[in-house]
Amino acid sequence: MNDRSPDGETVWAQHSRLRVVPPVKPRKLAKVPFVELADGRLQGVVSSGSDISRVYVSSIAAGTHDYNCSTNNNRPCGGLYGSPCKHLRALAAEAVLQYGLDRVARYLRVDVPDGTELVDRLTGAHEPAPAAMVFSRFLRHLAYLEVPETTMPIPEMHWFPAEGAVR
Amino acid sequence: MLAVQLADLLDGDPEGTGEALALVDGFDDALVHGLARLADERTAALAALAGAFTATPIGERLAEAAAEVASGSIAAEHLTTLAGGRAALFGAVHDALLARLDAALGREREPWSPAPESEPYGVANMLGGVRSWLRELAITGWRGVDHDLVSAVDQIVEALTAAPGQRRLAVLLDGFAAELRASCPIATMEHLPVRRWADLWTRAVLLAQDGVLPAEPRPVGLVSGRLLVLGVDVHEHGTAVQFQVHAVLEPADGGPARLVRTGVTVAKVDTIVGPALWTLAHEHKVLLAALADRRSLEVTDLPLLDSGDLVWHDDRAFLGKPADSFTTARLHLAGALAPAVPPLERAPVRIAEPVLVEGYKVTEDGSFDLGGAEITVDIGRLPSCGPLTPKLVAGSSACVGLVRWDGGRWLLQPLAVQAKVKRETVEIGTGDWAQGPTDPKVVKAEARAGDAVAVLRERAGRLLRR
Ligand SMILES: [Zn+2]
Repeated sequence: MNDRSPDGETVWAQHSRLRVVPPVKPRKLAKVPFVELADGRLQGVVSSGSDISRVYVSSIAAGTHDYNCSTNNNRPCGGLYGSPCKHLRALAAEAVLQYGLDRVARYLRVDVPDGTELVDRLTGAHEPAPAAMVFSRFLRHLAYLEVPETTMPIPEMHWFPAEGAVR
Repeated sequence: MLAVQLADLLDGDPEGTGEALALVDGFDDALVHGLARLADERTAALAALAGAFTATPIGERLAEAAAEVASGSIAAEHLTTLAGGRAALFGAVHDALLARLDAALGREREPWSPAPESEPYGVANMLGGVRSWLRELAITGWRGVDHDLVSAVDQIVEALTAAPGQRRLAVLLDGFAAELRASCPIATMEHLPVRRWADLWTRAVLLAQDGVLPAEPRPVGLVSGRLLVLGVDVHEHGTAVQFQVHAVLEPADGGPARLVRTGVTVAKVDTIVGPALWTLAHEHKVLLAALADRRSLEVTDLPLLDSGDLVWHDDRAFLGKPADSFTTARLHLAGALAPAVPPLERAPVRIAEPVLVEGYKVTEDGSFDLGGAEITVDIGRLPSCGPLTPKLVAGSSACVGLVRWDGGRWLLQPLAVQAKVKRETVEIGTGDWAQGPTDPKVVKAEARAGDAVAVLRERAGRLLRR
């Protein structure tokens, strides 16, 4: 039974145990520890190659494809010369690894013909956007690793079955 | 499970389930479009739901709630009442299904008896926030949900995650909100998970009531004895994974063997997937070793809840003799006493009864044919953190799995199979990689991908407290 099969209407309507959010694919997290499709943007955090305590917050808006890159303290990225910097390119590449090209392209509303890279198909311009929101979402993401475990049963998790990765 | 037992199980739906499900579907449809704009047929659906309870103690309140909501006055208490009605109906479906399954298997189940009330603890203002968010969702309807409405719950979830005793609600809301967020814009979404979202909404409403619900699982005592593992069921969403171990407990005091569940739930993020999930539970070394090495466990003084759950304490257990799940199932499954299900947990989704199936033919679509009776095998639920694959299941000769019910039919979810690999019969189970993958190809792939948990912990250490 495939939850996302084309004839899935009744499956979707009448099943309780579904994996509505497809599981993401594993990828190396060192360079781009955080990627998400949220609030109408592909956004994430890219670790600086030169300073381990600095990160860049990069984002690309769905539809307009306007992009921004700055440090988490809102200092603009020096690599934005009228085209996406290396952080934005890394963000887009890792998003494709994590979610698959289809899902990212659909979200950003961009057409990516075979043999081209998603980031080269973006038509937007540099448009400053506040980094604080994305950075705080990243910190919230990291904070999950510090949430204590529990051995009390959580029966609500029966609604969230594990789904096999394709091997 | 014998052929005749499966035939009994599949012999028509239990009486009344069709009618009950139709009432539930009517209510669920109203949530699709939102209670603010109830068309006539949806007003009728709410009235019909209430009508089913006419002769019961909640009949009057339900009728009033349905009428008030239909007239556009949608107070949180009316929604709580309606959620209670839906939960009671679906709970009745659960009870009928489980009774059918127990009868088919010849399984004896303990009756539920309420434990004494314990002190309620207050997180009232947080729960108030949850209730008003759920109210907004119901008024708006799934089709109208947008990013702003979803994001409104973020801070509440964050606070609940940190609050003692609120983990169930926090984990539920986090998974629910992530789904709504990923589905935006829902207005143009092709297929809606109508029953599922109504399930999640209903359970959240019930868990968001002030004070400890009288139906919360409670400790009934401490138990000691030998624990024989049947298998591990893995539940997972973006920020949580629950490893739920099904086992037979042989009490040291000589009481009857019991079917129990035990396990651990850990927080995670979406980029931690596959075999790496086990590393999050690394503190439970004894439990993980029992799963990976197929050993029994000797446990001392573990709290047993009235839901049949053992509250795991790794320091109260040590490894016993080798014990594979097939031997355990053959020797102990038939006579073991099944636990009661607490009222609040009575939803069909919770039905997960361990069985042993053998002597089947695998049909073309992957179902198991047991003497002419066929049960669908839920091969989409083989967790990525274990070695079990659809191919192994299709080539298997025996299976320990969970009988479940979803979408109007019975399903078998494999936990372990006996299959021929290179002309040798081997056992493969979902917990085999609890101490790390044993397949060299997977070990290599994991090494290539790097240690996601370590990378994120390093980032957290550097960025979180500054
Ligand atoms: Zn940059």
